[in-house]
Amino acid sequence: MSTPANTASAKVTPAKVGGEDTIRRGPPVEVVRYGPGKRINHWITAISLILLLISGLAMFHPSLFFLTELFGGGQTTRWIHPWIGVVLFFSFFILFAQLWKLNLPNRDDVQWASQIGDVVAGNEEKLPELGKYNAGQKFIFWGMASLIIVLIVTGIMAWEQYFGQLTSIPTQRIALLVHSLAAVAIILIFMLHVYAAIWTRGTISAMTRGTVTGGWAWRHHRKWFKDMAGRGRIDPAE
Amino acid sequence: MANTMDSPRTAVSNPPVQPMETNLTQRDLIRRSATSELPQPERQLTPVAKLIDVSKCIGCKACQSACVEWNDTNPVIGENVGYYTNPHDLTADMFTLMRFTEWVNPETDNLEWLIRKDGCMHCADPGCLKACPAPGAIVQYSNGIVDFVHDNCIGCGYCVKGCPFNIPRISKADHRAYKCTLCSDRVAVGQGPACAKACPTQAIVFGTKEDMKKHAEGRIADLKSRGYANAGLYDPPGVGGTHVMYVLHHNDKPQIYADLPVDPKISAVVQTWKGATKYAGLAVMGLAAAGTILHGLFGNANRVSKHEEEEAQEAVDHAEKRVEDA
Repeated sequence: MSTPANTASAKVTPAKVGGEDTIRRGPPVEVVRYGPGKRINHWITAISLILLLISGLAMFHPSLFFLTELFGGGQTTRWIHPWIGVVLFFSFFILFAQLWKLNLPNRDDVQWASQIGDVVAGNEEKLPELGKYNAGQKFIFWGMASLIIVLIVTGIMAWEQYFGQLTSIPTQRIALLVHSLAAVAIILIFMLHVYAAIWTRGTISAMTRGTVTGGWAWRHHRKWFKDMAGRGRIDPAE
Repeated sequence: MANTMDSPRTAVSNPPVQPMETNLTQRDLIRRSATSELPQPERQLTPVAKLIDVSKCIGCKACQSACVEWNDTNPVIGENVGYYTNPHDLTADMFTLMRFTEWVNPETDNLEWLIRKDGCMHCADPGCLKACPAPGAIVQYSNGIVDFVHDNCIGCGYCVKGCPFNIPRISKADHRAYKCTLCSDRVAVGQGPACAKACPTQAIVFGTKEDMKKHAEGRIADLKSRGYANAGLYDPPGVGGTHVMYVLHHNDKPQIYADLPVDPKISAVVQTWKGATKYAGLAVMGLAAAGTILHGLFGNANRVSKHEEEEAQEAVDHAEKRVEDA
Protein backbone atom coordinates (compact mmCIF):
# COMPACT_ATOMS: atom_id res chain seq x y z
CA MET A 1 0.00 0.00 0.00
CA SER A 2 1.82 3.04 -1.18
CA THR A 3 -0.84 5.43 -2.38
CA PRO A 4 -0.07 9.11 -1.89
CA ALA A 5 -2.85 9.37 0.68
CA ASN A 6 -1.23 6.72 2.81
CA THR A 7 2.17 8.30 2.55
CA ALA A 8 0.68 11.51 3.79
CA SER A 9 -1.14 9.85 6.64
CA ALA A 10 1.99 8.00 7.67
CA LYS A 11 3.79 11.30 8.02
CA VAL A 12 1.14 13.02 10.07
CA THR A 13 -0.27 10.14 12.11
CA PRO A 14 -0.85 10.27 14.95
CA ALA A 15 -2.41 13.58 14.01
CA LYS A 16 -3.04 16.10 16.70
CA VAL A 17 -6.78 15.93 16.58
CA GLY A 18 -9.63 17.68 18.27
CA GLY A 19 -8.86 21.17 16.97
CA GLU A 20 -9.43 22.93 13.71
CA ASP A 21 -9.60 20.95 10.47
CA THR A 22 -10.51 17.68 12.11
CA ILE A 23 -13.38 15.35 11.50
CA ARG A 24 -15.52 14.25 14.43
CA ARG A 25 -16.52 10.71 13.81
CA GLY A 26 -20.01 11.08 15.23
CA PRO A 27 -22.39 9.84 14.11
CA PRO A 28 -23.37 12.18 12.70
CA VAL A 29 -20.05 13.19 11.17
CA GLU A 30 -19.05 16.75 11.91
CA VAL A 31 -16.05 18.78 10.83
CA VAL A 32 -14.35 21.44 12.91
CA ARG A 33 -13.92 24.35 10.49
CA TYR A 34 -12.93 27.16 12.84
CA GLY A 35 -11.36 27.10 16.30
CA PRO A 36 -12.51 29.53 19.00
CA GLY A 37 -9.69 32.02 18.29
CA LYS A 38 -10.72 32.56 14.69
CA ARG A 39 -14.38 32.72 15.61
CA ILE A 40 -13.82 35.42 18.24
CA ASN A 41 -11.61 37.25 15.76
CA HIS A 42 -14.26 36.95 13.08
CA TRP A 43 -17.03 38.31 15.26
CA ILE A 44 -15.01 41.26 16.50
CA THR A 45 -14.39 42.08 12.86
CA ALA A 46 -18.02 41.51 11.94
CA ILE A 47 -19.42 43.67 14.73
CA SER A 48 -16.92 46.41 13.89
CA LEU A 49 -17.89 46.26 10.23
CA ILE A 50 -21.59 46.51 11.02
CA LEU A 51 -21.02 49.48 13.36
CA LEU A 52 -18.84 51.15 10.73
CA LEU A 53 -21.46 50.53 8.11
CA ILE A 54 -24.20 52.14 10.21
CA SER A 55 -22.14 55.11 11.38
CA GLY A 56 -20.61 55.60 7.94
CA LEU A 57 -23.93 55.48 6.11
CA ALA A 58 -25.26 58.07 8.56
CA MET A 59 -22.59 60.47 7.32
CA PHE A 60 -22.89 59.32 3.70
CA HIS A 61 -26.46 60.28 2.91
CA PRO A 62 -28.71 62.78 4.72
CA SER A 63 -31.67 60.40 4.60
CA LEU A 64 -29.67 58.05 6.85
CA PHE A 65 -28.43 60.72 9.27
CA PHE A 66 -30.98 59.52 11.84
CA LEU A 67 -28.74 56.47 12.36
CA THR A 68 -26.42 58.74 14.37
CA GLU A 69 -29.00 58.48 17.17
CA LEU A 70 -27.93 54.85 17.66
CA PHE A 71 -24.52 56.13 18.73
CA GLY A 72 -25.84 58.98 20.86
CA GLY A 73 -25.78 61.77 18.26
CA GLY A 74 -23.72 63.15 15.42
CA GLN A 75 -20.71 64.21 17.49
CA THR A 76 -20.28 60.73 18.99
CA THR A 77 -20.79 59.09 15.61
CA ARG A 78 -18.08 61.35 14.17
CA TRP A 79 -15.42 60.43 16.73
CA ILE A 80 -16.32 56.80 17.23
CA HIS A 81 -16.39 55.82 13.54
CA PRO A 82 -12.63 56.10 12.94
CA TRP A 83 -11.79 54.31 16.19
CA ILE A 84 -14.01 51.38 15.25
CA GLY A 85 -12.15 51.43 11.96
CA VAL A 86 -8.88 50.99 13.80
CA VAL A 87 -10.31 48.04 15.74
CA LEU A 88 -11.54 46.46 12.53
CA PHE A 89 -8.23 46.97 10.80
CA PHE A 90 -6.24 45.11 13.46
CA SER A 91 -8.89 42.49 14.01
CA PHE A 92 -9.17 41.73 10.30
CA PHE A 93 -5.45 41.54 9.74
CA ILE A 94 -4.94 39.10 12.61
CA LEU A 95 -7.47 36.95 10.79
CA PHE A 96 -5.79 37.69 7.47
CA ALA A 97 -2.43 36.45 8.72
CA GLN A 98 -3.98 33.08 9.55
CA LEU A 99 -6.03 32.64 6.39
CA TRP A 100 -4.17 34.18 3.47
CA LYS A 101 -2.28 31.04 2.42
CA LEU A 102 -5.44 29.00 2.10
CA ASN A 103 -6.95 31.79 0.03
CA LEU A 104 -4.29 31.85 -2.66
CA PRO A 105 -5.95 31.20 -6.01
CA ASN A 106 -5.38 27.91 -7.85
CA ARG A 107 -6.53 26.13 -11.02
CA ASP A 108 -9.73 24.85 -9.44
CA ASP A 109 -10.78 28.44 -8.82
CA VAL A 110 -10.59 29.25 -12.52
CA GLN A 111 -12.72 26.23 -13.31
CA TRP A 112 -15.18 27.12 -10.53
CA ALA A 113 -15.48 30.71 -11.64
CA SER A 114 -16.01 29.70 -15.28
CA GLN A 115 -18.94 27.58 -14.14
CA ILE A 116 -20.52 30.32 -12.02
CA GLY A 117 -23.90 29.40 -13.54
CA ASP A 118 -23.68 25.95 -11.97
CA VAL A 119 -22.62 27.53 -8.69
CA VAL A 120 -25.67 29.75 -8.57
CA ALA A 121 -27.93 26.92 -9.69
CA GLY A 122 -26.50 24.72 -6.91
CA ASN A 123 -25.24 22.04 -9.33
CA GLU A 124 -22.17 21.34 -7.26
CA GLU A 125 -21.75 17.84 -8.62
CA LYS A 126 -20.63 19.47 -11.89
CA LEU A 127 -17.96 21.58 -10.16
CA PRO A 128 -14.40 20.56 -9.32
CA GLU A 129 -13.73 19.24 -5.82
CA LEU A 130 -12.53 22.11 -3.71
CA GLY A 131 -10.22 22.73 -0.79
CA LYS A 132 -11.20 24.74 2.27
CA TYR A 133 -12.20 27.79 0.21
CA ASN A 134 -13.89 28.24 -3.14
CA ALA A 135 -13.17 31.11 -5.54
CA GLY A 136 -16.17 33.07 -4.25
CA GLN A 137 -14.90 32.92 -0.70
CA LYS A 138 -11.42 33.87 -1.89
CA PHE A 139 -12.87 36.81 -3.79
CA ILE A 140 -14.59 38.01 -0.62
CA PHE A 141 -11.39 37.50 1.37
CA TRP A 142 -9.14 39.46 -0.99
CA GLY A 143 -11.84 42.02 -1.72
CA MET A 144 -12.30 42.71 1.98
CA ALA A 145 -8.54 42.80 2.59
CA SER A 146 -7.79 45.28 -0.18
CA LEU A 147 -10.78 47.50 0.54
CA ILE A 148 -9.94 47.59 4.25
CA ILE A 149 -6.48 48.87 3.37
CA VAL A 150 -7.97 51.52 1.08
CA LEU A 151 -10.50 52.49 3.76
CA ILE A 152 -8.01 52.76 6.60
CA VAL A 153 -5.58 54.83 4.52
CA THR A 154 -8.21 57.22 3.16
CA GLY A 155 -9.97 57.22 6.52
CA ILE A 156 -6.86 58.41 8.31
CA MET A 157 -6.45 61.15 5.70
CA ALA A 158 -9.99 62.32 6.40
CA TRP A 159 -9.66 61.97 10.20
CA GLU A 160 -9.92 65.68 10.96
CA GLN A 161 -9.33 65.45 14.70
CA TYR A 162 -5.82 63.98 14.54
CA PHE A 163 -4.75 64.00 10.92
CA GLY A 164 -6.36 67.17 9.54
CA GLN A 165 -2.92 68.65 8.87
CA LEU A 166 -1.32 65.45 7.53
CA THR A 167 -2.35 65.92 3.91
CA SER A 168 -3.47 68.88 1.81
CA ILE A 169 -7.15 69.70 1.40
CA PRO A 170 -7.25 68.66 -2.30
CA THR A 171 -5.78 65.30 -1.26
CA GLN A 172 -8.35 64.97 1.51
CA ARG A 173 -11.14 65.57 -1.02
CA ILE A 174 -9.88 62.68 -3.12
CA ALA A 175 -9.50 60.57 0.02
CA LEU A 176 -13.14 61.17 0.95
CA LEU A 177 -14.37 60.32 -2.54
CA VAL A 178 -12.31 57.12 -2.62
CA HIS A 179 -13.40 56.32 0.95
CA SER A 180 -17.09 56.52 -0.02
CA LEU A 181 -16.62 54.46 -3.18
CA ALA A 182 -14.63 51.82 -1.28
CA ALA A 183 -17.31 51.83 1.43
CA VAL A 184 -20.03 51.14 -1.12
CA ALA A 185 -17.91 48.33 -2.57
CA ILE A 186 -17.21 46.74 0.80
CA ILE A 187 -20.88 46.92 1.75
CA LEU A 188 -21.71 45.04 -1.45
CA ILE A 189 -19.08 42.42 -0.62
CA PHE A 190 -20.39 42.25 2.93
CA MET A 191 -23.90 41.57 1.60
CA LEU A 192 -22.52 38.89 -0.71
CA HIS A 193 -20.68 37.31 2.23
CA VAL A 194 -23.70 37.30 4.53
CA TYR A 195 -26.09 36.17 1.84
CA ALA A 196 -23.82 33.38 0.62
CA ALA A 197 -23.57 32.12 4.19
CA ILE A 198 -27.36 32.13 4.52
CA TRP A 199 -28.09 30.74 1.05
CA THR A 200 -25.61 27.89 1.51
CA ARG A 201 -27.51 26.20 4.30
CA GLY A 202 -25.44 24.83 7.14
CA THR A 203 -22.64 27.38 6.75
CA ILE A 204 -23.32 29.67 9.68
CA SER A 205 -22.60 27.02 12.33
CA ALA A 206 -18.96 27.17 11.14
CA MET A 207 -18.74 30.60 12.73
CA THR A 208 -20.99 29.93 15.72
CA ARG A 209 -20.18 26.48 17.09
CA GLY A 210 -17.18 26.14 14.79
CA THR A 211 -18.44 22.99 13.10
CA VAL A 212 -20.18 22.00 9.90
CA THR A 213 -21.80 18.69 9.07
CA GLY A 214 -19.84 16.05 7.23
CA GLY A 215 -22.27 16.34 4.34
CA TRP A 216 -21.66 20.10 4.09
CA ALA A 217 -17.92 19.57 3.87
CA TRP A 218 -18.43 16.70 1.41
CA ARG A 219 -20.74 18.75 -0.82
CA HIS A 220 -18.90 22.07 -0.84
CA HIS A 221 -15.25 21.37 0.06
CA ARG A 222 -14.66 17.74 -0.75
CA LYS A 223 -10.94 18.06 -1.30
CA TRP A 224 -10.58 19.61 2.16
CA PHE A 225 -12.68 16.81 3.65
CA LYS A 226 -10.78 14.07 1.85
CA ASP A 227 -7.50 15.60 2.88
CA MET A 228 -8.47 15.51 6.56
CA ALA A 229 -9.74 11.96 6.23
CA GLY A 230 -6.64 10.91 4.33
CA ARG A 231 -4.35 12.32 6.98
CA GLY A 232 -6.28 10.62 9.73
CA ARG A 233 -7.40 13.83 11.32
CA ILE A 234 -10.36 12.05 12.81
CA ASP A 235 -11.53 12.55 16.36
CA PRO A 236 -11.61 10.62 18.59
CA ALA A 237 -8.53 8.87 17.31
CA GLU A 238 -8.46 5.08 17.57
CA MET B 1 -36.62 103.93 9.09
CA ALA B 2 -34.73 100.93 10.37
CA ASN B 3 -37.97 99.08 10.98
CA THR B 4 -39.03 99.22 7.38
CA MET B 5 -35.71 97.94 6.04
CA ASP B 6 -34.95 94.24 6.09
CA SER B 7 -31.20 94.72 6.39
CA PRO B 8 -28.80 97.48 7.33
CA ARG B 9 -27.49 99.66 4.52
CA THR B 10 -24.26 100.64 6.20
CA ALA B 11 -21.99 99.66 9.04
CA VAL B 12 -21.05 103.23 9.81
CA SER B 13 -24.23 104.65 11.29
CA ASN B 14 -25.11 104.03 14.85
CA PRO B 15 -27.50 101.14 15.38
CA PRO B 16 -31.20 101.70 15.84
CA VAL B 17 -31.98 102.24 19.51
CA GLN B 18 -35.50 100.85 19.55
CA PRO B 19 -35.86 97.10 20.27
CA MET B 20 -35.93 94.98 17.13
CA GLU B 21 -36.97 91.47 16.32
CA THR B 22 -34.30 89.42 14.61
CA ASN B 23 -35.11 89.26 10.94
CA LEU B 24 -32.91 86.26 10.08
CA THR B 25 -35.24 83.43 10.95
CA GLN B 26 -35.73 79.81 9.95
CA ARG B 27 -38.25 81.09 7.39
CA ASP B 28 -35.51 83.04 5.62
CA LEU B 29 -33.35 80.03 4.77
CA ILE B 30 -32.74 79.34 1.10
CA ARG B 31 -30.37 76.43 1.74
CA ARG B 32 -29.91 74.09 4.68
CA SER B 33 -27.16 71.46 4.74
CA ALA B 34 -28.18 67.81 4.24
CA THR B 35 -31.80 68.86 3.78
CA SER B 36 -33.50 68.11 0.48
CA GLU B 37 -36.94 69.56 0.99
CA LEU B 38 -36.68 73.05 2.36
CA PRO B 39 -39.80 75.18 1.97
CA GLN B 40 -39.05 78.26 -0.08
CA PRO B 41 -39.09 81.41 2.01
CA GLU B 42 -42.12 83.66 1.68
CA ARG B 43 -39.99 86.78 1.42
CA GLN B 44 -36.71 87.63 -0.24
CA LEU B 45 -34.39 89.69 1.94
CA THR B 46 -32.26 92.27 0.19
CA PRO B 47 -28.88 90.67 -0.61
CA VAL B 48 -26.14 92.22 1.49
CA ALA B 49 -22.39 92.31 0.99
CA LYS B 50 -19.18 93.38 2.62
CA LEU B 51 -16.75 95.14 0.35
CA ILE B 52 -13.07 95.10 1.24
CA ASP B 53 -10.98 97.65 -0.60
CA VAL B 54 -7.42 96.38 -0.18
CA SER B 55 -6.05 99.65 -1.59
CA LYS B 56 -7.45 101.56 1.40
CA CYS B 57 -6.32 99.08 4.05
CA ILE B 58 -3.59 100.29 6.41
CA GLY B 59 -3.12 96.92 8.13
CA CYS B 60 -4.09 98.16 11.60
CA LYS B 61 -5.99 94.95 12.48
CA ALA B 62 -8.84 96.86 14.05
CA CYS B 63 -11.10 94.47 12.14
CA GLN B 64 -9.45 91.49 13.80
CA SER B 65 -9.81 93.07 17.21
CA ALA B 66 -13.45 93.98 16.57
CA CYS B 67 -14.12 90.42 15.39
CA VAL B 68 -12.58 88.94 18.53
CA GLU B 69 -14.47 91.45 20.64
CA TRP B 70 -17.87 90.90 19.10
CA ASN B 71 -17.64 87.13 18.79
CA ASP B 72 -16.06 86.82 22.23
CA THR B 73 -13.30 84.51 21.03
CA ASN B 74 -9.91 84.10 22.67
CA PRO B 75 -7.20 83.51 20.10
CA VAL B 76 -3.93 82.43 21.70
CA ILE B 77 -1.25 85.09 21.93
CA GLY B 78 0.84 84.71 18.79
CA GLU B 79 4.54 84.48 18.26
CA ASN B 80 6.48 86.83 15.98
CA VAL B 81 8.14 84.87 13.23
CA GLY B 82 9.18 87.88 11.17
CA TYR B 83 6.05 89.00 9.42
CA TYR B 84 2.95 90.86 10.39
CA THR B 85 0.31 88.19 9.84
CA ASN B 86 -0.79 87.24 13.31
CA PRO B 87 -2.05 84.71 14.24
CA HIS B 88 -0.35 82.83 11.42
CA ASP B 89 -3.56 81.36 10.11
CA LEU B 90 -7.27 81.50 10.61
CA THR B 91 -8.27 79.48 13.66
CA ALA B 92 -11.47 78.40 15.35
CA ASP B 93 -10.98 81.54 17.47
CA MET B 94 -9.91 83.93 14.71
CA PHE B 95 -12.54 84.31 12.00
CA THR B 96 -10.74 87.00 10.05
CA LEU B 97 -7.09 87.58 9.42
CA MET B 98 -5.03 90.29 7.76
CA ARG B 99 -2.65 88.50 5.43
CA PHE B 100 0.43 90.55 4.57
CA THR B 101 2.35 89.94 1.36
CA GLU B 102 5.50 91.70 0.20
CA TRP B 103 5.29 91.70 -3.56
CA VAL B 104 7.69 93.22 -6.05
CA ASN B 105 5.79 94.54 -9.02
CA PRO B 106 7.83 93.34 -12.04
CA GLU B 107 6.63 96.27 -14.15
CA THR B 108 7.74 99.02 -11.78
CA ASP B 109 10.25 97.14 -9.62
CA ASN B 110 8.47 98.66 -6.65
CA LEU B 111 7.83 96.74 -3.48
CA GLU B 112 4.11 96.63 -2.84
CA TRP B 113 2.84 95.72 0.58
CA LEU B 114 -0.37 93.84 -0.09
CA ILE B 115 -2.76 93.38 2.79
CA ARG B 116 -5.81 91.23 2.37
CA LYS B 117 -8.39 90.67 5.06
CA ASP B 118 -9.06 86.93 4.78
CA GLY B 119 -12.23 85.24 5.99
CA CYS B 120 -15.41 83.60 4.79
CA MET B 121 -16.50 84.90 1.39
CA HIS B 122 -20.19 83.93 1.86
CA CYS B 123 -20.42 82.25 -1.55
CA ALA B 124 -23.75 82.18 -3.34
CA ASP B 125 -22.94 78.52 -4.04
CA PRO B 126 -21.26 77.47 -0.79
CA GLY B 127 -18.98 74.42 -0.96
CA CYS B 128 -19.07 73.98 2.81
CA LEU B 129 -22.83 73.63 2.78
CA LYS B 130 -22.70 71.20 -0.12
CA ALA B 131 -20.21 68.97 1.69
CA CYS B 132 -21.88 69.09 5.12
CA PRO B 133 -23.51 65.79 6.17
CA ALA B 134 -25.31 67.13 9.25
CA PRO B 135 -28.82 68.47 8.64
CA GLY B 136 -29.00 72.17 9.46
CA ALA B 137 -25.38 72.61 10.55
CA ILE B 138 -24.81 75.08 7.70
CA VAL B 139 -27.52 77.43 6.49
CA GLN B 140 -27.82 80.14 3.87
CA TYR B 141 -30.20 83.06 4.33
CA SER B 142 -31.94 84.81 1.48
CA ASN B 143 -29.77 87.89 2.09
CA GLY B 144 -26.73 85.78 1.17
CA ILE B 145 -25.21 85.11 4.60
CA VAL B 146 -23.84 81.58 5.05
CA ASP B 147 -23.88 80.65 8.70
CA PHE B 148 -22.78 77.69 10.82
CA VAL B 149 -25.29 76.41 13.37
CA HIS B 150 -23.01 74.94 16.00
CA ASP B 151 -25.67 72.92 17.80
CA ASN B 152 -26.09 70.81 14.67
CA CYS B 153 -22.39 70.52 13.81
CA ILE B 154 -20.81 67.08 14.26
CA GLY B 155 -17.21 68.25 13.74
CA CYS B 156 -16.41 65.99 10.79
CA GLY B 157 -14.50 68.65 8.87
CA TYR B 158 -16.28 68.02 5.55
CA CYS B 159 -16.89 71.79 5.27
CA VAL B 160 -13.11 72.26 5.36
CA LYS B 161 -12.85 69.99 2.32
CA GLY B 162 -15.82 71.60 0.59
CA CYS B 163 -14.63 75.21 0.91
CA PRO B 164 -12.77 76.59 -2.15
CA PHE B 165 -11.17 79.30 0.02
CA ASN B 166 -9.84 77.18 2.92
CA ILE B 167 -11.81 79.05 5.56
CA PRO B 168 -13.59 76.83 8.13
CA ARG B 169 -11.64 75.62 11.15
CA ILE B 170 -12.62 72.88 13.58
CA SER B 171 -12.27 73.78 17.24
CA LYS B 172 -10.08 71.43 19.26
CA ALA B 173 -12.09 72.47 22.31
CA ASP B 174 -15.65 71.70 21.29
CA HIS B 175 -15.13 69.91 17.94
CA ARG B 176 -17.35 72.24 15.97
CA ALA B 177 -16.64 74.28 12.84
CA TYR B 178 -16.12 78.04 13.05
CA LYS B 179 -15.82 80.87 10.56
CA CYS B 180 -16.94 84.43 9.92
CA THR B 181 -20.72 84.77 10.31
CA LEU B 182 -20.80 88.12 8.47
CA CYS B 183 -22.05 89.16 11.92
CA SER B 184 -25.42 87.59 11.12
CA ASP B 185 -26.47 88.34 14.70
CA ARG B 186 -25.77 92.05 14.13
CA VAL B 187 -27.17 92.22 10.60
CA ALA B 188 -30.36 90.56 11.83
CA VAL B 189 -31.02 93.58 14.07
CA GLY B 190 -29.98 96.32 11.70
CA GLN B 191 -26.29 96.66 12.44
CA GLY B 192 -23.36 96.22 10.09
CA PRO B 193 -20.56 93.71 10.74
CA ALA B 194 -18.19 94.52 13.61
CA CYS B 195 -15.09 94.62 11.35
CA ALA B 196 -16.68 97.15 9.01
CA LYS B 197 -17.84 99.21 11.97
CA ALA B 198 -14.31 99.30 13.38
CA CYS B 199 -12.37 99.96 10.17
CA PRO B 200 -10.81 103.44 10.52
CA THR B 201 -10.27 104.02 6.79
CA GLN B 202 -13.52 102.47 5.60
CA ALA B 203 -11.54 99.94 3.62
CA ILE B 204 -14.31 97.62 4.80
CA VAL B 205 -17.79 98.82 3.95
CA PHE B 206 -21.11 97.08 4.18
CA GLY B 207 -24.50 97.43 2.55
CA THR B 208 -26.70 95.88 -0.09
CA LYS B 209 -24.79 93.91 -2.66
CA GLU B 210 -26.02 96.27 -5.35
CA ASP B 211 -24.80 99.35 -3.46
CA MET B 212 -21.44 97.71 -2.78
CA LYS B 213 -20.95 96.96 -6.47
CA LYS B 214 -21.74 100.57 -7.28
CA HIS B 215 -19.37 101.79 -4.59
CA ALA B 216 -16.68 99.48 -5.98
CA GLU B 217 -17.11 100.97 -9.45
CA GLY B 218 -16.19 104.38 -8.11
CA ARG B 219 -13.19 103.03 -6.28
CA ILE B 220 -12.01 101.11 -9.36
CA ALA B 221 -12.33 104.21 -11.56
CA ASP B 222 -10.26 106.11 -9.02
CA LEU B 223 -7.56 103.42 -8.94
CA LYS B 224 -7.45 103.24 -12.73
CA SER B 225 -7.03 107.01 -12.94
CA ARG B 226 -4.02 106.60 -10.66
CA GLY B 227 -2.27 104.06 -12.84
CA TYR B 228 -3.71 100.74 -11.64
CA ALA B 229 -4.96 99.66 -15.06
CA ASN B 230 -6.00 96.23 -13.86
CA ALA B 231 -7.94 97.37 -10.82
CA GLY B 232 -11.21 95.51 -10.48
CA LEU B 233 -13.86 93.86 -8.37
CA TYR B 234 -13.33 90.32 -7.07
CA ASP B 235 -16.78 88.71 -7.07
CA PRO B 236 -15.89 85.26 -8.47
CA PRO B 237 -18.60 83.81 -10.72
CA GLY B 238 -17.36 80.22 -10.21
CA VAL B 239 -19.10 80.17 -6.82
CA GLY B 240 -22.07 82.22 -8.04
CA GLY B 241 -20.55 85.43 -6.75
CA THR B 242 -19.77 86.17 -3.13
CA HIS B 243 -21.23 88.31 -0.38
CA VAL B 244 -17.77 89.40 0.65
CA MET B 245 -16.04 91.12 -2.25
CA TYR B 246 -12.66 92.72 -2.76
CA VAL B 247 -11.52 95.74 -4.67
CA LEU B 248 -8.07 94.66 -5.88
CA HIS B 249 -5.58 97.00 -7.54
CA HIS B 250 -4.24 93.97 -9.43
CA ASN B 251 -7.48 92.12 -10.17
CA ASP B 252 -5.77 90.32 -13.09
CA LYS B 253 -3.68 88.33 -10.58
CA PRO B 254 -5.61 87.71 -7.37
CA GLN B 255 -3.11 84.99 -6.40
CA ILE B 256 -0.54 87.62 -5.37
CA TYR B 257 -2.80 88.54 -2.46
CA ALA B 258 -1.74 85.63 -0.23
CA ASP B 259 -3.04 83.01 -2.67
CA LEU B 260 -6.52 84.36 -3.25
CA PRO B 261 -7.92 81.78 -5.75
CA VAL B 262 -8.01 82.94 -9.36
CA ASP B 263 -11.15 81.04 -10.32
CA PRO B 264 -12.62 79.49 -7.19
CA LYS B 265 -15.34 76.88 -7.56
CA ILE B 266 -16.50 73.84 -5.68
CA SER B 267 -13.97 71.13 -6.51
CA ALA B 268 -15.13 68.57 -9.09
CA VAL B 269 -14.03 65.88 -6.63
CA VAL B 270 -16.41 67.27 -4.00
CA GLN B 271 -19.17 67.53 -6.60
CA THR B 272 -18.70 63.86 -7.54
CA TRP B 273 -18.52 62.75 -3.93
CA LYS B 274 -21.64 64.69 -2.94
CA GLY B 275 -23.43 64.13 -6.25
CA ALA B 276 -23.21 60.93 -8.28
CA THR B 277 -21.49 58.88 -5.59
CA LYS B 278 -24.06 59.67 -2.93
CA TYR B 279 -27.10 58.87 -5.06
CA ALA B 280 -25.69 56.02 -7.16
CA GLY B 281 -24.05 54.47 -4.09
CA LEU B 282 -27.27 54.44 -2.13
CA ALA B 283 -29.18 53.07 -5.13
CA VAL B 284 -26.68 50.25 -5.73
CA MET B 285 -26.66 49.24 -2.07
CA GLY B 286 -30.45 49.38 -1.92
CA LEU B 287 -30.84 47.25 -5.05
CA ALA B 288 -28.32 44.71 -3.79
CA ALA B 289 -30.13 44.47 -0.45
CA ALA B 290 -33.51 44.11 -2.16
CA GLY B 291 -32.08 41.50 -4.56
CA THR B 292 -30.70 39.32 -1.81
CA ILE B 293 -33.91 39.53 0.20
CA LEU B 294 -36.01 38.59 -2.84
CA HIS B 295 -33.67 35.72 -3.71
CA GLY B 296 -33.73 34.61 -0.11
CA LEU B 297 -37.52 34.55 -0.09
CA PHE B 298 -38.21 33.11 -3.52
CA GLY B 299 -34.99 31.42 -4.64
CA ASN B 300 -33.92 27.86 -3.87
CA ALA B 301 -31.46 27.49 -1.03
CA ASN B 302 -28.32 25.46 -1.51
CA ARG B 303 -28.99 22.49 0.75
CA VAL B 304 -26.89 19.49 1.71
CA SER B 305 -28.74 16.29 0.84
CA LYS B 306 -29.12 13.30 3.13
CA HIS B 307 -27.22 11.32 0.55
CA GLU B 308 -24.21 13.63 0.87
CA GLU B 309 -24.24 13.21 4.65
CA GLU B 310 -24.14 9.45 4.12
CA GLU B 311 -21.32 9.74 1.63
CA ALA B 312 -19.34 11.77 4.15
CA GLN B 313 -19.99 9.08 6.76
CA GLU B 314 -18.82 6.36 4.38
CA ALA B 315 -15.72 8.33 3.49
CA VAL B 316 -14.83 8.63 7.16
CA ASP B 317 -15.35 4.93 7.80
CA HIS B 318 -13.30 4.10 4.76
CA ALA B 319 -10.48 6.46 5.70
CA GLU B 320 -10.32 5.09 9.24
CA LYS B 321 -9.99 1.61 7.86
CA ARG B 322 -7.12 2.69 5.65
CA VAL B 323 -5.39 4.47 8.50
CA GLU B 324 -5.70 1.34 10.62
CA ASP B 325 -4.31 -0.79 7.80
CA ALA B 326 -1.38 1.57 7.42
